[in-house]
Amino acid sequence: MRTIRQVITVAVKDLRAELRTKEAINASLAFALVILLMFSFAFDPEADTTREISGGLLWIVFAFAGTLILNRSFAREVPNDCLDALIAAPVPGAVLFLGKAIANFVLVLAVELVSLPVFGVFYNVKWTQQFWELMGVMALATWGMTVIGTIFSALTVNIRLREVMLPMLTYPILVPALIGAMRLTAGLVMGKPIGGDDAAWLRMLIGFDVMYTVASLVLVETVLVG
Amino acid sequence: MSAVAVDGVWKYYGDYPALRDVRLEAPPGACLALIGRNGAGKTTLLRTIAGFSRPGRGKIRIFGKEPRDTEARRMMGFIGHGISVYDELSALENLKLYGKLYGLADPKKSAMEWLERTGLERVRNGLVREFSRGMRQRLAVARAFLHEPSVLLLDEPFTALDDRAIAVLQRLLREGLAAGKTIVMSTHQLREALELSTQVALLVRGKVAFDGPCTPEMVQDPGYVYARYGEG
Amino acid sequence: MRDRIVYVLGILAAAILVWNGYAIWQLPEETQQGVVFKIIFFHVPMWAGAGVTVSLALIASILFLITKNFAFDALAVATTEVGVAFLSAGLVTGSIWGRQIWGIWWTWDARLTSALLCWLLYAGYLMLRHAVEEPTQRAIFAAVFNIFAFLDVPIVFFSIKWWRTQHPQPVFWGQGSFPPDWTRHFMWNMLAMVALGVVLTFVRFRQEETQREIDAVRRTAHAF
Repeated sequence: MRTIRQVITVAVKDLRAELRTKEAINASLAFALVILLMFSFAFDPEADTTREISGGLLWIVFAFAGTLILNRSFAREVPNDCLDALIAAPVPGAVLFLGKAIANFVLVLAVELVSLPVFGVFYNVKWTQQFWELMGVMALATWGMTVIGTIFSALTVNIRLREVMLPMLTYPILVPALIGAMRLTAGLVMGKPIGGDDAAWLRMLIGFDVMYTVASLVLVETVLVG
Repeated sequence: MSAVAVDGVWKYYGDYPALRDVRLEAPPGACLALIGRNGAGKTTLLRTIAGFSRPGRGKIRIFGKEPRDTEARRMMGFIGHGISVYDELSALENLKLYGKLYGLADPKKSAMEWLERTGLERVRNGLVREFSRGMRQRLAVARAFLHEPSVLLLDEPFTALDDRAIAVLQRLLREGLAAGKTIVMSTHQLREALELSTQVALLVRGKVAFDGPCTPEMVQDPGYVYARYGEG
Repeated sequence: MRDRIVYVLGILAAAILVWNGYAIWQLPEETQQGVVFKIIFFHVPMWAGAGVTVSLALIASILFLITKNFAFDALAVATTEVGVAFLSAGLVTGSIWGRQIWGIWWTWDARLTSALLCWLLYAGYLMLRHAVEEPTQRAIFAAVFNIFAFLDVPIVFFSIKWWRTQHPQPVFWGQGSFPPDWTRHFMWNMLAMVALGVVLTFVRFRQEETQREIDAVRRTAHAF
C-alpha cells in the first residue's frame, strides 16, 4: 500500500514539474505536428495507398516525438543533484522507476491523443472506427516505448552526448514493438478489426511489455546505485 | 554500537583506488570532521557511507545496518554539493515531496515547521528557481533535516554559504548534537566546522592519515593537523 | 603459455582457411546458383560465430553484475566486438550473394533484416561504452544494456519473420542443394571460424585488461 502511494508521489512530482514548465511536452507536440505535416509533402495525402500506410506513419511520429519526453525523464533530476536525494530516500529503485514511467506514459499518450485528430484531418482518415481497439494498441505500444525509454534515460543520465545516445539505444530495441504497433494500427485506422492473423502481434506486444517491465524493475537499482 | 562504522573500505574507479583501507568510527552523538586536500577522497567517502555507491571491498554500517537498508536510509540526512531540491516546485512542495517519500506522518506539518526553522516560511509558495542562493541553501538544509535523521552526512556544508545560512546551519547542527544526532562532515578546516567537532580525521590520497579527538590547537590553527600528519 | 596457445590457434586458423579455400575453389560449381553458392562456406559459419559470441557476451555481462569482477567486463566487450565483426561479415557476404542471385544488393529477407537489427543493437552497446568515462559505471551500464539487447534478439527474429510471412518476399538462399561431399569442407571452415573467433576475442580481451591498467596508472599519476 505504501509502495503504491510512493509510486504515485513520484509520478505526480514528475507530472507537476513538467506541466509547470511544459518544455518537453510543447517540444514533443510541435515535433509531432511538424512530422505529420512533412509526411504529407512526402506522400500524396489524397492517395488511397497513403491512407493504407498511414497507420504505420503514425508510429514513426509517436516514436520520435515520444523520445523528446522520455529523454527528460531522468535528465530532470540532474540539475541541483536531485537524483542524489531520490536515491538516498528510503524508496526502492523500482518505485522511482515505476513512478517516472507512469508519468512519462501519461505525457506521451497525451501527445499521441492530440496528434490523432490532426492526423485524421490531414490524411482524411476516419480513425475512430475501431476506437477502443486502437486505444488498446496505443496503450500497449506506448507502455513498451515508455519502459525502454525510462530505463535507458537512467542509463544515459550522466554520459556524454545523452540526447544522441538515448534514441540510438532505444530505437533498435523498440523495433519489434513498433512493427507490431504499425501493423495493428494500419488495419485499425482503416476500420478493420484485429483479425486472426494480427492477434499474434497483440500477443507479441504484451509479451514485450511484460518482459521489459520486469527486466527494468529488476535492474534499475543496479543502474542507479551500481 | 557506533553510529557510523567504516571497516576496511576500498573504493575503486576501474582499477584506481580512490579509497584505500579506510577505517573510521563515529560513536553516537559525535561530530566527525573529515579534512583533506581536494582529491583526497572526502566526497567519495561520504557518498559511499551515504549509500550512493558500493565499496569495492570492506563494510559500512549505520547503527549496525547497511547503508542501502531502508531503515538506515531513513536515519540518514545528506547534503552534497547540490541543493537537491527542484527548481520548478515551490519550497513547500519540495519539502512535502520529501516528507512523503520518507513516510512522515504529517508531511505538510513537518514541512511548515522546517520552513519556519530555516526562516523560509514567508516564501513557502515561491518557486525555488526564483530564490536567492542563500535561500536555496537554507532550503537544502531544511530538506536534509526534515525527517529528523539521526545521522547527518554533510559534504563541505559551509562552503559557499552566506552568513545568514551559516548561522542557521550552525544553530541547527548544535541543536542536533545536543539532541544526540551524529554528524560526519567534510570540510576545508573552517573554524565554523571545527568548533562543532568532537573528532577529526585526515584523509591523504584515500588513506586515513590521522584519526583522533578534536583539540583546541586544531580549532585555533586549522593547518595544524596537516603540518603534523599530512604529507607536506 | 596462454599466449603461445593463442598464436598456434591463430596460425592454425589461417592455415585451415587457406588450405580449405583452395579445396573449395577446386570443387565443382553448384547447379542452380553457380560459383557464388560457395559463399555459404563462409556465410553460415559467420552467423554461427555471431550467435556464439553474442551468447557468451550475455553470460559475461550477467557474471559481471553478480561478481563485479572486471575480467568479465573485458570478456563481454571482447566477445561483443567479435560478434559485431562476424555480423558485419555475414551481412556483407549475404548482400553479395543476393546481388549475384537476385541482382539486388538488399531485399528485406527475414534473416538478413534480423541480422541487421542485431548489428544495430550491438553497435549501440559499443557506442554506449565509448560514451561512459568512468570504468565501473561503464561496465555496469554496458552489462545492463547487453542484457536488454539479448532479450530483444528472439523477439526481433520472430517479429520480422512474422512481418515477412504476412508480406512474402523472395527468400535469399532458400534454393540450392548442398552436396554431401561438401560437408567435410564446411566443417573445416566452421572449425577455422571458431578458432578465429577465439583468437580475436582473446586479443581484444588482453587489450581491454591492459587498457584498464594504464587507465588506473594514469589516474594515480594525475591525482598526486
